[in-house]
Amino acid sequence: MATAEHVVRVQTTTRSARVVGFITRSPLHLVLILVAVIWLVPTIGLAITSFRPESEIASSGWWYGLTHWDWTLQNYSSVLHGQHMERAFVNSLIITLPATLLPLTIGALAAYGFAWGNFPFRDTVFLFVVALMIVPIQTSLVPLLKLFRDNGHLNNGYWGIWLAHTAFGLPLAIFLLRNFFITLPKDLIEAARMDGASDFSIFRRVVVPLSVPALASFAIFQFLWVWNDLLMALIFVSDSNKQPMTVRVTTLLSAYGHQYGLLAAAAFLLMTVPLIVFFALQRYFVQGLLAGSVKS
Amino acid sequence: MFIVPALIVLGLFVVYPAYYTVRLSFYDSDFFFKFTHWIGLSNFKELLTNDKDFLDLSTFPPQGALMNNLRWLIFYTGLSLLFGLGLAVLAVRVRYERTVKTAVFVPMAISATAVGVIWLLVYSPDIDQGVLNALIHGIWHGYNPISWVGRPSTVNYALIFAYVWASTGFVMVVLSAAIKGIPNEVIEAARVDGAGEWSIFRRIVLPMLSLPISIVTVWLLINVIKVFDIIYVMTDGGPGSSSRVIAYTMYNETFRNDRAGYGAAVAVIMLILLLPVMILNVVRFRSSRVIT
Repeated sequence: MATAEHVVRVQTTTRSARVVGFITRSPLHLVLILVAVIWLVPTIGLAITSFRPESEIASSGWWYGLTHWDWTLQNYSSVLHGQHMERAFVNSLIITLPATLLPLTIGALAAYGFAWGNFPFRDTVFLFVVALMIVPIQTSLVPLLKLFRDNGHLNNGYWGIWLAHTAFGLPLAIFLLRNFFITLPKDLIEAARMDGASDFSIFRRVVVPLSVPALASFAIFQFLWVWNDLLMALIFVSDSNKQPMTVRVTTLLSAYGHQYGLLAAAAFLLMTVPLIVFFALQRYFVQGLLAGSVKS
Repeated sequence: MFIVPALIVLGLFVVYPAYYTVRLSFYDSDFFFKFTHWIGLSNFKELLTNDKDFLDLSTFPPQGALMNNLRWLIFYTGLSLLFGLGLAVLAVRVRYERTVKTAVFVPMAISATAVGVIWLLVYSPDIDQGVLNALIHGIWHGYNPISWVGRPSTVNYALIFAYVWASTGFVMVVLSAAIKGIPNEVIEAARVDGAGEWSIFRRIVLPMLSLPISIVTVWLLINVIKVFDIIYVMTDGGPGSSSRVIAYTMYNETFRNDRAGYGAAVAVIMLILLLPVMILNVVRFRSSRVIT
């Protein structure tokens, strides 16, 4: 009993100490909570709006939706079926997956060459690739569009946007992966070479399996980059049946500028995939972003 | 050779196009992107001296797309750094650090398109829709709701704040990782010596953050020069031409006005503005000795 009493007393003192501490630090808490609210409210507002009937959105703010629970999925079904958002969702995937895998593969191969290969001007060429990371897409838009137009089959399908994203994802892929590959133990690669393994099998059996975190970081960064891209999709995807969600949302915005239910549902659908990726793979996502900071 | 596919792709789709665009900027060109008519530096001259949508020095303060980028440079960079640094320093002191940081970081995952829709709703002039006007109206009843993105005087700041909201998380995460890397003993020792919190921040924390701060500043600068999506979505450069920026002008002249040569000149200006960053990256990389 004595020990139990003791425990209780210790708890109460620490609790009151904690309360005192909390009050003296209340300005700190106030600021942080205010910041969290400012950062959350806009997104929450969009989410709630997307579940409210259009008639109510027009007559009362989304904050009334917190207490008036007549939520509906109507906006989602009309945006998915009536506004071709379903198709746009699939298009986004069709654009994003190859535009992630292509630079990942080509970039990893090149990174291996820059890390472990031996050829003249290796590091000079690598520095040149580092410099290319900063080149703005704007200097490529017109020539690429001309190239794709002149070769009709590139313009009609997805090849144009796949290739453009691949080219502009490559410098970062090479930079990131080369810097990771070079930290792998030299002995391991030398030993494999001694055993007569070809460069390609060293790459496939030794380097790639050991570099999964770096490969994942780049893949996630590139995936979100392409998924979220608007500019390149505006220019390189001319067929409206092939446009991704970002373009579809902007089209809806100019057509239904004041129907916030529709817009909110569309924007929220656009956000779902990045948010799932973010919460499921947070660690890789942050690493990828930090690494990508040299590119923007 | 392992690097050959990459070099072919980069040469064909990045290097050659950049050359093409630089060349095109000396021509008068149209929808077909051909080198129709050599006009030397006329495009640049027109842009910098005779295009009021791009640069208008006749008023005070000067207006135009280039000046808007300067606004972005000052306010977007400044506020993102301020909020990011402030949060990184303050959040480590509370137990719900992760929650606050997640809330601030989440917008990083969202596309500028979605950020645009989110903030159009916040800024709506209708007090039954826009939370910002509703909030001000709730506090001050005589208030006349403002269309934040519909007025030339507020539109740029409204856009900038929306983008600051989206970017602060990145600044915070980078700086917060750096702060956690500062050895605890250093700060404890200063505290024992009687240093106050503010002087610890100024004399110890801030100097030790100079490298990460310079990294995020460069990142923010690149964003300022390349910003396009959010403006296209939220205002399409308007009202009038009051929220145009360089990248918007490039898009507008090339693809809407079919002035490819003129647009190319704008792209070249972007490239020139980014050149110092490019050189900085290469120099920094060479000196970091990652190259053996």
